[in-house]
Amino acid sequence: MSGLLEVRGLTKRFGGVVAIDGLDVAITPNEIVGLIGPNGSGKTTFFNVITGLHAADAGRVTFADVDITSATARTIYRAGISRTFQHSRLSLPLSLFDNIMIGNHTRLNQGLWFNLMRRAALRREFEDGYRAARALVEVFEPALVARMFEPVAGLPMIDRRRIEICRALISAPSLLLLDEPSAGMTHEETTELMDDILLVRDRHKDLTIIIIEHEMGVIERITNRCIVLNFGRKIAEGPYREVASAREVQEAYLGAA
Amino acid sequence: MAGKSKSPAALWPGLAALAAATVYLIALLAAERQALIISLIGVGVAAVTFVAWFRLFDALSHSFVENEDPLGACAILAVVAIAAYFRDDHFAMLLIVTVLLYSVATLGLNIHFGYAGVLNFAGASFFGVGAYTSAVLGTYTAVPHLIVLAAGGVAAALVGLLLILPVLRTRGHYAAVVTIAFALLFKTFLEVNDVLGGPQGMQVKGMKLLNWSFNDNVEIGPISLSFYMNYFVVSLALLIAAFILVRRLERSWIGLNLDALRLDNVAASCFGLDVARWKITAFLIGNVLIGVAGALYGMVGGFVAPNNYTFADSLVFVSILLLGGIGNPWGVVVATIIVVIIPEKLQTLQEYRFLLYALMVTAILLFRPQGLMPRPVRRYFPEWRP
Repeated sequence: MSGLLEVRGLTKRFGGVVAIDGLDVAITPNEIVGLIGPNGSGKTTFFNVITGLHAADAGRVTFADVDITSATARTIYRAGISRTFQHSRLSLPLSLFDNIMIGNHTRLNQGLWFNLMRRAALRREFEDGYRAARALVEVFEPALVARMFEPVAGLPMIDRRRIEICRALISAPSLLLLDEPSAGMTHEETTELMDDILLVRDRHKDLTIIIIEHEMGVIERITNRCIVLNFGRKIAEGPYREVASAREVQEAYLGAA
Repeated sequence: MAGKSKSPAALWPGLAALAAATVYLIALLAAERQALIISLIGVGVAAVTFVAWFRLFDALSHSFVENEDPLGACAILAVVAIAAYFRDDHFAMLLIVTVLLYSVATLGLNIHFGYAGVLNFAGASFFGVGAYTSAVLGTYTAVPHLIVLAAGGVAAALVGLLLILPVLRTRGHYAAVVTIAFALLFKTFLEVNDVLGGPQGMQVKGMKLLNWSFNDNVEIGPISLSFYMNYFVVSLALLIAAFILVRRLERSWIGLNLDALRLDNVAASCFGLDVARWKITAFLIGNVLIGVAGALYGMVGGFVAPNNYTFADSLVFVSILLLGGIGNPWGVVVATIIVVIIPEKLQTLQEYRFLLYALMVTAILLFRPQGLMPRPVRRYFPEWRP
């Protein structure tokens, strides 16, 4: 079967450091894949290369049968890959609604004349956008709907994560890359957030997720399979239980005996 | 900010502030003796401190945000009332026209600094491009003057295209340094260019629309009006148009795009934003406003010279922005009034005016870093309720 995301021999160097070293990955539609590995093993770099923030030094990335290896971040987003960041990258002075709408960018009319002169049409688009944003926020935390036009800066970490995920989901992407969504949250908060993500996924079936996560409970509970990286190379792949007991993986995390 | 504490429509703080400001400005502009002027300014500073001390500024800006249309109309009436009071006083009218046109230019600069995040320290240069355009077109051609104004805007936008390219390739402070270099080069370019009058500058013809010559005093029956009243009408119309434009820009998806790329251009591009496109768009729109204001201001002054468009003048525009509150058009207008009128009335200051600007900016950055009127959260359609 044809994969949604196919990565062949992907390599990324930063000076002398090889962050990703000849990585092969194939993701099929609708699966949830965990990307795990020790710090510095190249997980976030992998996301950055896929989403066009870093240019690959070698290898090939195809998404839905289109080569996106050297595409810009914009093109990749338009193609349907959306992401969150390890360190929250919300625009803190902007409202919740504004932040979510940034994710909706490609579906909003960006014409200068439209935006400045056709206020009635803009208003309809704004109201549609508000409804979509509200529907999404209600899934994660209904209490946030009332605060839709307050600055994000006033929210606690878990709500910021939620808004960040809403921003990534508003454009209905087919592939969602979650970079350590549990960072800075308690165990209970993480569980809650994951349940919400699964809920959204159940609503629109065509959502594939790759998740970077250090909380192994999360990985075990929600992923279909895992890919383990170490020094930019794939050292194991398969369901979490198999992978977790593999010798290479234990050595990578705990050091060789 | 709980939903309940939002009073539905607190119109009166805005109205009271407008009325007080109108009376105060008339008194300040009418005052002749330095002692009186100094004490009036003292009263003004005390009033502002009082308002700030009791945290009434937030109620005030809240009032303006909630009732922008009625208060905007009242503000226009207030300006007209002030102009009517000084109808035959050339100096006061010139100051009022200066405030209006500097406000237009600073609104343009506000798009650069406040929305697109382009730190443009060459604002006065683009103001100068507009002014020189009207000087050249007025002297050498018979282009109708409304088109000359538009040409000033277009010229500033075109010259801006030259500057935005290196600015796009640099970041933060380095981009600011590029604009400073441009401001210095621009003045030198004017000084060595004989076609543009060199260091002596050029005369600018007064504005003329059909048979309406702007440089003649107006006589309506027994009432005689300063010829600046002509410019006042056009300048006020220009300011209203610029204000509406900036407002609509901010309250649209484009305003959102600009905020997103200013605050985090990496995240913005990850969500499909074309950072360069929006920076260029915003830069050009801002420059059109600055250029049109400059073209009209050239006609008002009747004279352009390189020394009027220096880096120091650009800093005056920037200090207006910092004082008023970057991103808030109301703040821009209020700050322009303060920065233009106070040094003109305080003749004892003379060449120390830049010291005054420096003190004002330092004080505002220390005590109220968001400016006198910080920018509120975006309301796309203020009257809209979920």
